[in-house]
Amino acid sequence: MTERLRVHVDPDKCQGHARCKALAPELFELDEYGNAHEAGDGTVPPGLEDKAWLAKSNCPELAIDVIEE
Amino acid sequence: MSDVSQPAAHPPVTDWVHDFDHTDPQWTEDPFPIWDELRAAGPVVHTERFLGCYMPTTYEAVREIANDSEHFSSRRIIVRDVRPEITSKNAAPPITSDPPVHKPAKQLLLPPFTPDAMKKLEPRVRAICNELIDGFITEDRLDAAERYTKHIPVRAIAHMLGIPEADSDLFIRWIHMILELGIKDENTLLQAVHEMSAYFSAHIEARKNKPTDDLISYLMNARDKEGNPLEDSHVLGSLRLLLIAGIDTTWSAIGSSLWHLARTPADRERLIAEPGLIPTAVEELLRAYSPVTMAREVVKETTVSGCPVKAGNMVLLSFPAANRDPKMFPDADKVVIDRRENRHAAFGLGIHRCVGSNLARMEMQVALEEWLKRIPDFALDPAGTVTWSQGTVRGPRQLPFLLGKAM
Repeated sequence: MTERLRVHVDPDKCQGHARCKALAPELFELDEYGNAHEAGDGTVPPGLEDKAWLAKSNCPELAIDVIEE
Repeated sequence: MSDVSQPAAHPPVTDWVHDFDHTDPQWTEDPFPIWDELRAAGPVVHTERFLGCYMPTTYEAVREIANDSEHFSSRRIIVRDVRPEITSKNAAPPITSDPPVHKPAKQLLLPPFTPDAMKKLEPRVRAICNELIDGFITEDRLDAAERYTKHIPVRAIAHMLGIPEADSDLFIRWIHMILELGIKDENTLLQAVHEMSAYFSAHIEARKNKPTDDLISYLMNARDKEGNPLEDSHVLGSLRLLLIAGIDTTWSAIGSSLWHLARTPADRERLIAEPGLIPTAVEELLRAYSPVTMAREVVKETTVSGCPVKAGNMVLLSFPAANRDPKMFPDADKVVIDRRENRHAAFGLGIHRCVGSNLARMEMQVALEEWLKRIPDFALDPAGTVTWSQGTVRGPRQLPFLLGKAM
């Protein structure tokens, strides 16, 4: 059985590069300033695991955590 | 308009590790082996030039400095021969601002530059690209910098600001005077700043009676937390910043990208076959050929990656060199257009992340898409010479190409 993933953006580290939104639009949202937060509670729907890891590995500020639950 | 004088010459560099100079012709032409040499010498190197200046050579050292506004101030952001007294607190906010005034100044500029806002601007940029291509599509050789890359960002930012796209040549001249000639010639820099201020003051005055739906009116109508309008000097400073930062940076990035594709048929053919890969390729081209080097001033003694750093020196904050650090990027010296993991720092790191990064990315993507769609075959013209801009922003200023059947 595959593990469930959850993404989380650290709002103190995010500087609004918006790479996560470009690479995984289903998992992240931007506020009016363009800073990111996870969509909903951050739960990664099945099939989008790869996008979660991709977003994490392209965040220049190391602001994204992918939590395996 | 007065003549723009040539900058004073610096003695040529013979010892890069102890006497580096980012305005040296060798650096301008091919900086990559120099950065490798400096990185091999240590994470931080120093030169006595520019009244004393450090350069972090690794990605980690660049990140440390970018995230440390306590020891490294942004009040000076260009490494120059002179360091005149700072007389204005509103030089070009927020890029020249430190905490705590930085954040409110930055937040003011962010909403007009979100990815969603850029989607609205995209059709105009696509039209600009096609108007330019229409002008040379029947020719078989051209300077792609002069005829294409140079005009895209300047027209886009003019469109956003609400100033005539036809004034583009004037803006390009000011930017050359500030970012290139201004490193060595104070009077040229001041002249450009005065001309820009006069230009924008007139546009601000005109909007006082007749507000418009553009970025100038947006800034004039902005209110701080207490509900007060911005000082005129703040509005002017931010307008200067948007014009300077929004033009030759992206001009350079588009130019370097086309330069790479002209020399690398395999990458060109792949992007034509798989246009969906262009956004990923744009990130890799931004990493490999990052145009922008920023600066900080050391205001308090500290250490960076274990190296002591003394107050009173400048810091050449080379995001381009950081992006070539092999410890951070496997095959750092190669352009891997489908690179999956790419935390490049082309738009900076930390609180000063480029406000216009979403604009630049959209412009690069659209400029490459439209070019590749209409001009799939192109190569460097062996009869011409590619020349690169000097100093703070690096990109091709002459880009002689052969097109189509002339190849």
